[in-house]
Amino acid sequence: MQLKSRHLLGLEGMTEEEITLILDTAESFREIIERPIKKVPTLRGITVLNLFYEPSTRTRISFELAEKRLSADSISFTPATSSVKKGETLKDTVRNIEAMKIDMVVVRHSSTGVPYFLTQCIQSNVINAGDGSHEHPTQALLDMFTIRRKYGRLKDLRVVLVGDIKHSRVVRSNIWGLKAMGASVAVCGPTTLLPVEIEKFGVDVYQNLDKAIEGADVVNIMRIQLERQQAGLFPSQREYTNLFGMTRERLALLNKNYTIMHPGPMNRGVEITNEVADGDASVILEQVTNGQAVRMAVLYLLSGKKAEEE
Amino acid sequence: MTREKIEEVLDEKGIARAITRISHEILEKNGGAESLVIIGILSRGADIAKRIADRIREIEDRDIPVGLMDINLYRDDTHFKLDQPVIQRTEILFDVAGRNLILVDDVLFTGRTIRAALDQIIDFGRPKSIQLAVLIDRGHRELPIRPDFVGKNIPTAADDRVLVRLNETDGREGVFVVKGGMKKPVPEIVASKKRRAKGGKK
Repeated sequence: MQLKSRHLLGLEGMTEEEITLILDTAESFREIIERPIKKVPTLRGITVLNLFYEPSTRTRISFELAEKRLSADSISFTPATSSVKKGETLKDTVRNIEAMKIDMVVVRHSSTGVPYFLTQCIQSNVINAGDGSHEHPTQALLDMFTIRRKYGRLKDLRVVLVGDIKHSRVVRSNIWGLKAMGASVAVCGPTTLLPVEIEKFGVDVYQNLDKAIEGADVVNIMRIQLERQQAGLFPSQREYTNLFGMTRERLALLNKNYTIMHPGPMNRGVEITNEVADGDASVILEQVTNGQAVRMAVLYLLSGKKAEEE
Repeated sequence: MTREKIEEVLDEKGIARAITRISHEILEKNGGAESLVIIGILSRGADIAKRIADRIREIEDRDIPVGLMDINLYRDDTHFKLDQPVIQRTEILFDVAGRNLILVDDVLFTGRTIRAALDQIIDFGRPKSIQLAVLIDRGHRELPIRPDFVGKNIPTAADDRVLVRLNETDGREGVFVVKGGMKKPVPEIVASKKRRAKGGKK
């Protein structure tokens, strides 16, 4: 079993077998990050460029650590201190860096489609670390990995994605991935934060959180992007919390062995209360640990694939 | 498909005898089982390691910690191959530091698997000694690696294939040499791979 593509642009179209391969491989890497010496020589000689055009803490550090733990050489690129400031285009920037002989590029960008665009102008393997509101495949993979570790499966679990569905790349990747793995997926948020025709994704759509989470196994809470509040997409934080905030009282509606997830960064007291975020069923920090194992698995599985194969 | 010449070099009893002899030699060399830990290389090396530990328990009435490891992350040829190996688990749930560690594999060939295994062991700690036990030594070493305990030495040509089949993994027992079969598929191999896939092996 191999991944079909030598890039990871998103989970749309990825098969159950491919996702299972990534999750199985991540199990082995999870063991490595528990060892006293958290390093294997697997990617020795491979150079990875981390191209983060958007701020990121977790994803960037997670990728950097994953690369170091696989013994790859990694460099991180910050636009603020580069020739991007002098007007150099993305294409020129990347082609120039690739001329210094890199093998893989991890890219985060505020514009949808940038990872795909890069595959058209460079030879390196490209990994999408989040593009606009399109996809964030490694986040969805780590979410699925975390759920699978707890329940031993993804099939037939009921997963509810709550919050800003419209602007969330995590949501899209999660929907595609979870559906491929046989889970039942629902989304819930204010009408203004639900994309038009979201039901065409094959998910149940709710605007009432209590109804959405009734009988759910997993609630994955998305960040409310406070910066968008100025756009008037919801009246006030307090109203949002009342209608869509995950509170202790609401936990009673869930299935017995429920799980609370959040991709971070959290707005405590807005979309999630402290009690829920720090409760026993919260796997928020475990998601972060698992993220590294999943990213190591993705780097490993794509690293051996050369351009000539396609 | 042309018929390959397949020769059986060890049957079920032969494998059992070899494992018993290796177990006695390990105890003899180490003055008992007290300081021992055993690590088998997946997948059949791990099966043989468990059998050696079972035999030692019968002889000495003492349990020895048994670990298993996947060496693929330590291979030096990952990027030369188009097909990447599927990584399995490594499970060493005990401290190797200061112990006499017996590393077990089914077939010793070029020695590159053992080199990778040695690298990985060192990442877990610093054993007092590492000794190598193999069921079959078929020669053709490419590295200066020598086994301490050998079930059976088999002279082979470089392009022969040596197949170890064990009940735990394959549902059958025996060691076979396929003459000149290095590049060609052997019906038994295909069948056994299918069986393993059906068994839901990771």
